[in-house]
Amino acid sequence: MSFISYVIRGISLGSVYSIIALGYTMVYGIAKMLNFAHGDVIMIGGFIIFTIMSTMGLNPLIAVIVAIILCTLLGITIERIAYKPLRKAPSLAVLITAIGVSYFLQNFALLIFGADTKSFTSVINVPDLKLAGGNLTIAGETLVTIPLCIIIMIALTTFVKKSKTGRGMVAVSEDRDAAILMGVNVNRTIAITFAIGSALAAVASALMFSSYPSLSSASGAMPGIKAFVAAVFGGIGSIPGAMIGGILLGIIEILGRAYISSQLADAIVFFVLILVLLIKPTGILGKQIQEKV
Amino acid sequence: MAMLEVKDLQVYYGVIQAIKGVSFKVNEGEVIALIGANGAGKTTILHTVTGLIPAKTGEVIYEGIDLLKIPAHKIVSHGIAHVPEGRHVFSQLTVYENLLMGAYTRSDKSEIEETIENVYKRFPRLKERKGQYAGTLSGGEQQMLAMGRALMSKPKIVLMDEPSMGLSPILVEEVFDIIESIRKSGTTVLLVEQNAKKALSIADRAYVLETGNIVLEGDAAKLLNDESVKKAYLGE
Repeated sequence: MSFISYVIRGISLGSVYSIIALGYTMVYGIAKMLNFAHGDVIMIGGFIIFTIMSTMGLNPLIAVIVAIILCTLLGITIERIAYKPLRKAPSLAVLITAIGVSYFLQNFALLIFGADTKSFTSVINVPDLKLAGGNLTIAGETLVTIPLCIIIMIALTTFVKKSKTGRGMVAVSEDRDAAILMGVNVNRTIAITFAIGSALAAVASALMFSSYPSLSSASGAMPGIKAFVAAVFGGIGSIPGAMIGGILLGIIEILGRAYISSQLADAIVFFVLILVLLIKPTGILGKQIQEKV
Repeated sequence: MAMLEVKDLQVYYGVIQAIKGVSFKVNEGEVIALIGANGAGKTTILHTVTGLIPAKTGEVIYEGIDLLKIPAHKIVSHGIAHVPEGRHVFSQLTVYENLLMGAYTRSDKSEIEETIENVYKRFPRLKERKGQYAGTLSGGEQQMLAMGRALMSKPKIVLMDEPSMGLSPILVEEVFDIIESIRKSGTTVLLVEQNAKKALSIADRAYVLETGNIVLEGDAAKLLNDESVKKAYLGE
């Protein structure tokens, strides 16, 4: 019974990773850059929710909505100020800038919210589900996280497949020049991508800190890196890949924690990244990099 | 007045000058051929006209506006479509979705569907394969799709970059028949080709480019019989 409960917890954690991984993978696909500040947007989202709920005492739903709006604006602002001027710069310059933005956000949070770890109050008020005569307990957070993750995936896939903006995104990610010739505004498309990724980061922060309530300026870094591993695992640039990679990574982490060693759980996650890069560098659903002449 | 006039265009790649002061005109209803060897600058000129590459100096006047002053993604809505060298269809989108991308700047859905039907009439193969991913099409079909996609914006002028490249002789004939029919429907064509013989036989006028300069210009029929053109480009 405990195995099943570990797997369910793994899927729940993995759902959060996959929502974060979507931000990485979409930005990579469309702007061809790794936004290492993505994890820190989650941390900022956590502090926004914490401030509104615990300091101002408002309703959790309002807190989450405000966090989504502010994180979306933050994502667009980061892109506009830090990345847009580097559109034609070498990719290494953009990567270093992303790391710089990450440190900036962490230290900004340290300055504003202080160094002490905050205890996040769950935004999810759903009772735990007891199954099999009380032998199997599923947390209320899990009951919300998994369906929400599925809804987000379906909505996002539909948006990308069916809407004009979504088609423009696919076009830009595949062939930027050809997309420009069709009349697609690349800067606007990249800004929309950052907006979507950052809004999802805010949702992820609400879910993640509700299950793992310790919140500090460094809290976004580790889940951010793990979601990046998930994106690479699934095949960076692929939306279903982010989902599969995230969930597998969550299960591996929780099972590793339960059966191997809780200290080594993170090491196991990164070992998986190394294995994936060695065996299938393009990830599970990664596209073959193949030029047809 | 010319529909499209390029005046003293100079383009650099870093410190290397690719286009060294090129001027030419395209009148409405004409098929104009730009011919020349590999590396002469033909593709660079088309890319500069549609804004993918910035120019150092010069003007590209189209219906009274300087195209060099407007952002690349806004050019197609002025009635200029570009069929790029190597087709550049979106392989992860279906044939139908590729055609929709061609109409990206248009908004009336029923009019767009009507244009798609017209494109299907012109290219029946595309209709047969409308649900297929463009990456799975043959080279010839991809060329047809690239041309169909360009027509989706209802252009007044189409720039075509090496449409016959890499195609079998039968398909080359088909491509030139299509260019002929595009002209007949009233659309102006600026054609870049290495297949100089075919290009000159279809064009009204032509310009011969050599390492970034126009070295010859005139009626296509005359150039077809010009001794130096014959020797350098027609392999006779």
